Amino acid sequence: MAGQVDNLYFAWLVLSGVVALAVAVLIVWFAIRYRQGSAAKRTLADAAEREKTMRRIEIVWTVVPVVLFLVMFVWSARVYYRSVAVPKDALPIYVVAKQWMWHAEHRGGEREIDELHVPADRPVELVMTSQDVIHSLSIPAFRVKQDVLPGRYTTLWFTANRPGEYHLFCTQYCGASHSHMVGRVVVMEPAAFKGWLSAHANVPTMAARGAQRYRQLGCSGCHGAQATVHAPRLEGLFGRPVQLHDGRTVLADERFIRDAVLLPTQDVPAGYEANMPSYRGQIGEEELLEIIEYVKSLGNATQEVVP
Amino acid sequence: MSSAAIASHESYLSSGWNWRSWLTTLDHKRIGILYVVTITLLFGIGGAAAAMIRLDLLTPHSRLVSIETYNKLFTLHGVIMVWFFLIPSIPATLGNFLVPMMIGARDLAFPRLNLASWYLFVIGALFTIYALLAGGVDTGWTFYAPYSTTFSNSQVFAAATGVFIAGFSSILTGLNFVVTIHEMRAPGMTWFRLPLFIWSMYATSLILVLATPVLAMTLMLMAIERTFGIGVFDPALGGDPLLFQHLFWFYSHPAVYIMVVPAMGVASEIISCFCRNPVFGYRTMAYAILAIAAFGFLVWGHHMFVSGQSAYAGTVFSLLTFLVSVPSAIKVFNWTATLYKGQVTFQAPMLYALGFIGLFTIGGLTGLFLASLGLDVQLHDTYFVVAHFHYIMVGGAVMAFFGGMHFWWPKITGRMYPEGWARFTAILTFIGFNLTFFPQFILGYLGMPRRYPEYPPEFQVWNVLSSAGASLLAFGYALPLIYLLWSLRYGARAPANPWNAKGLEWETASPPPSENFHTTPVVTEEAYAYSRAESPHG
Repeated sequence: MAGQVDNLYFAWLVLSGVVALAVAVLIVWFAIRYRQGSAAKRTLADAAEREKTMRRIEIVWTVVPVVLFLVMFVWSARVYYRSVAVPKDALPIYVVAKQWMWHAEHRGGEREIDELHVPADRPVELVMTSQDVIHSLSIPAFRVKQDVLPGRYTTLWFTANRPGEYHLFCTQYCGASHSHMVGRVVVMEPAAFKGWLSAHANVPTMAARGAQRYRQLGCSGCHGAQATVHAPRLEGLFGRPVQLHDGRTVLADERFIRDAVLLPTQDVPAGYEANMPSYRGQIGEEELLEIIEYVKSLGNATQEVVP
Repeated sequence: MSSAAIASHESYLSSGWNWRSWLTTLDHKRIGILYVVTITLLFGIGGAAAAMIRLDLLTPHSRLVSIETYNKLFTLHGVIMVWFFLIPSIPATLGNFLVPMMIGARDLAFPRLNLASWYLFVIGALFTIYALLAGGVDTGWTFYAPYSTTFSNSQVFAAATGVFIAGFSSILTGLNFVVTIHEMRAPGMTWFRLPLFIWSMYATSLILVLATPVLAMTLMLMAIERTFGIGVFDPALGGDPLLFQHLFWFYSHPAVYIMVVPAMGVASEIISCFCRNPVFGYRTMAYAILAIAAFGFLVWGHHMFVSGQSAYAGTVFSLLTFLVSVPSAIKVFNWTATLYKGQVTFQAPMLYALGFIGLFTIGGLTGLFLASLGLDVQLHDTYFVVAHFHYIMVGGAVMAFFGGMHFWWPKITGRMYPEGWARFTAILTFIGFNLTFFPQFILGYLGMPRRYPEYPPEFQVWNVLSSAGASLLAFGYALPLIYLLWSLRYGARAPANPWNAKGLEWETASPPPSENFHTTPVVTEEAYAYSRAESPHG
């Protein structure tokens, strides 16, 4: 990814360097050659002839930039689309931003603040949200950046190739300590990363924490196997299209589950009543992510799994 | 013209020198001067904030001021420079002075409205200065929600009120210019005989009238959410923070053209005059100005490529942004071609105008880097963006503002400025500007974020270079203040047309009489009907 962005950058550097130099050379050359009183010839063709030449020149320097720009547009859009399409096998890490720290949680339940340990040579996906204002997660070395918003999930992904430590910046102004909302990304050899994970393995996984919340908040009372209330079952839900009662179809992604918990009357599945209470204000961002991870973990199982 | 002739004529300046005669004047020329004085003071405040920012950034740790103060300084710098200097800079000063004169009118269509605009502007500025004195604002000039609405404990309301009020000044000025240009052109002054400066004022006025109300609505919604907790932008209150950004940039992107289109107009006048050549492709230039103004309304989303806006919206905005840059590119090529087979001389206004072309070209080209979706992800919200928009708004607009002030100074004041000092200053400003802002492109590509008073030490060397350049730039901006004021008393008396320039404003005395022209001029030739046989004096 970084290589592709750099290619684009250097292409622009060359292209704009050539244009800027051409303009500068022409201006200096004309300015000297046609300085007042110089001997340079200034005879002009007749008006009609001149008009024709001028039009031709203008057409050339209109069409040439248009074509160049279109080429660059297509190229840069392709780089961008690759940067937003998260690979299927990416390792998810959840990030909650708050004034003024980065809180990360791995699927295994390992938590870190202002640090992000990731394995080398494997795509990593950050699923991010903010607890307060807009932040933006930027790792310049990987050429990635994405705003982190309250009330929704945004994602970014990267594959780090070289083990080492890299800057992590907040790039969306977020208040007094904005410039202190920095951290480091630690890229480790896959084996070392495994070691790092197992050194922190004495915590319950995110899904296990999510399952606990799920029961505490009473979700299982309606969505569970023994429920008497008519509520959708959640096994196998994640990643599937869901038919809604108003005829729309939406993908059951992180955002869908988040909205189902906080705004349950917004996207009601077909065949169900809009009778679920909202959990707004009763559940923190980290807890919500754990519940989502739990719903994800339900996979295709037919029985409710309590890990 | 002999000095006796000048002394004998009644000019707009000699019609009263007490406070009352200035503060109740309906003369567009005097109102233009009121604006010059006001925005110069405000430029001083904004510039002082910039100086403190650059000093503080000399070291990776914020040694000069606390980080809270730093945040207030860059907010103050942005708010003052954007709304209280750059937006009114050329339109409200040179535009006010020149629009009626260039089209052969006695005044603007609505002189009272014109004076009201200035009072609104001053009231807006006072609110903003109050916000500064009462503790400052720390949101950045962009006022992004929900930080500005729910989280910031600073004088957001007062500052936003100031900007809101100043916005009405913009709208009224725009309206005044549009009506004036439509209705008050002298006999023979057809649309395609208008100087390009008038075209630029016309396009700018359309943007002022159409875009500024959106800013007013945005600020009002922000104030409502902040004051009454009614959810518009804050998701915790049921709002959408991206809505704020869409509304804000729907105004603020066109606002960039409010700043730079007038500069294009000024550059066209100066270059043509000092090349003794008509502007190359006059009609194309006029259409390009209109195209920039129109397309400028359709590209706001390029400020939001990493905001969470959908990838498809981003794609459309990227494409449209590339298209809006085509007319800008054409303009640069046409200015360059205007030199061809001219009789080029290098008085200070010309040096400023050539500097404008150079800096605007670099600013425009780096804008293409940012329009490129895949590349913007890396550059967004870094110093690359800071460098880019300073090249356009300071390198472009301010160079042209200074160029224009020198070019029309003899007309406005009836005095010549000292040419040697002015040439030196133009060159110093160009060098100082590049030293200040070019290193910031490098910082940006390396990843240094904007709005960071504290930064990793590896960025220090580029920051030191930038701050060193800024000290040169400060001289470049301070010197004209000194020698232009000096010239008011000691400068040589200016003849009616010191540059031997074309255009109706040069056909009347310097300084002009209150009614501009003793008899209504009749226009019989195209704009820029220069012949290469003549040469500018000076």
